[in-house]
Amino acid sequence: MNTDIKKFIINQSLALDCGKIIKGFPLAYETYGTLNEKKSNAILVFHALTGDQFVTNINPITKREGWWAFAVGPGKAIDTNKYFVICANVLGGCMGSFGPKEINPETDKIFRTTFPIITIKDIVSSQKFLLDHLGIKKLLAVVGGSMGGMQVLQFVSLFPNMAHSAIPIACSASHSAQNIALNELGRQAIMADPNWKNESLTPDKGLAVARMAAHITYLSKAGLQEKFGRKLQDKGSLKFSFDADFQIESYLRYQGENFVDRFDANSYLYITRAMDYFDLEKQFNGNLSLAFKNTKSKFCVISFSSDWLYPTSENKEIVIALNACGANVGFVEINSDKGHDSFLLNVPKFLKTLSDFIKSTYDEVNNEKGI
Amino acid sequence: MKKEFKVISNIIENNKRVLDVGCGDGTLMEYLKKNQKNDVRGLEPKKDLVQKCISKGLSVIEGDAEKELIQFPKKSFDYVVLSQTLQAFLNPEEVLNQLLRIGKQTIVSIPNFGYWKIRLHLLFKGTMPITKNIPYEWYNTPNLHMCTIQDFVDFCNRQNIKIDKSMCLTNEKISEITNKNIKYKNIYSQLGIFLIQ
Repeated sequence: MNTDIKKFIINQSLALDCGKIIKGFPLAYETYGTLNEKKSNAILVFHALTGDQFVTNINPITKREGWWAFAVGPGKAIDTNKYFVICANVLGGCMGSFGPKEINPETDKIFRTTFPIITIKDIVSSQKFLLDHLGIKKLLAVVGGSMGGMQVLQFVSLFPNMAHSAIPIACSASHSAQNIALNELGRQAIMADPNWKNESLTPDKGLAVARMAAHITYLSKAGLQEKFGRKLQDKGSLKFSFDADFQIESYLRYQGENFVDRFDANSYLYITRAMDYFDLEKQFNGNLSLAFKNTKSKFCVISFSSDWLYPTSENKEIVIALNACGANVGFVEINSDKGHDSFLLNVPKFLKTLSDFIKSTYDEVNNEKGI
Repeated sequence: MKKEFKVISNIIENNKRVLDVGCGDGTLMEYLKKNQKNDVRGLEPKKDLVQKCISKGLSVIEGDAEKELIQFPKKSFDYVVLSQTLQAFLNPEEVLNQLLRIGKQTIVSIPNFGYWKIRLHLLFKGTMPITKNIPYEWYNTPNLHMCTIQDFVDFCNRQNIKIDKSMCLTNEKISEITNKNIKYKNIYSQLGIFLIQ
């Protein structure tokens, strides 16, 4: 076992949506900053599809910077001098939490596709055990983008009185047909790789193609055009071949190749499935506002103007549902040409909104307690 | 805080739910939240202003009142406030109907186009009036449906909208509009503020 990965073994049993019950399973997590005495400064960050618990600093496994390093840290938008940040690797993930690349104790074999299908609800429920373990009764905030945002919505719906504030970013309350289609494309790319069925091999090619396709969906057309245009890669003219003539091709190939080093193909299948199955509206018989009926959290919904994967209209559905039940909600669409990826990039207006909103919640919570 | 907001906040009782439509940078909301313990929400079309409000911890939604009001349930706020914006909508009548639907009471303020300086401007200069309150040229004004205090009162009467309070502002001075003095107030006031339902 890698000692750089903190693990908490959940000894309670968790009844998964698929009907199976799991027990005694690990959840890998990381924390940043210090939990104050009142335990009132904890922020739970939910990671997106290919993220992990290493939010900031250098990821000890990949040796790369954490996926939200510019947003979380001392003096950053989510200031770890002030707040205690917790992030767990999702159930089904591949950074130490219980997932398809772990060994099934019953068979002594790697789970692979015998791992149970998990849902966003299962992911969130498993993290509640971690909060109990850390002794946190009420979080200052729950925050996440994309699939992280779905977890935020599921969390406040399951635990209406466990977070002072909730920040779902660039997400949707119900995965759209287009998004299911794109995920299916990725899964089929993995399954089409002949290595996928061989236990001793990894379907690197398939996973890389899945990542390449997904990566395109994270960017905007304008952003791609501006960054790459028709620029050629290290050459003066077209080579009349299928090599990566264009910079965009080379960039995507690089993204694909890099990804396979750090991600498990079966985890990719499981997590995309969890996203596809996410339909909070359906959990409440077609009335999304019932999901938030009892919520005490103050919401800040954020979308990005050039995000076509989780467009503003889908984020607004959340706002509308919250308004319909009289919840406390603010909403802003941030102008950015960086597409869905904006939430993972240094977009100053986004970071300022995030930072100010959390700070205002922190001040309100602490003033309340002062009185 | 400007005088108009003081008048509006005086009308609003403490601890009530308030929606500020076109809340700008949230000055009124902040005042109501801090000083009157009101549970306030805002709606504002300009991104920069929305961000400013969220920074102050105010729950403001980015959006256009003509499209967004429909999502709020019937009578979900004790007060809905619309400050000097009615004239800027494509369809003020529909917006007003929405405000009345959402709010148990609605506070609307309008710049008075019947103000004597405006009348004289048009009469003597023969060009579209420009004043301190309405500082735009005809070609760049957001104000599509200017009206006078008299127009607004007539409109409410025709639509069976009950006017609980009508006040006006003249050079920062506040006074009440009555049946007797309305003709006079319609000439001498810059702003009308109405509590309707």
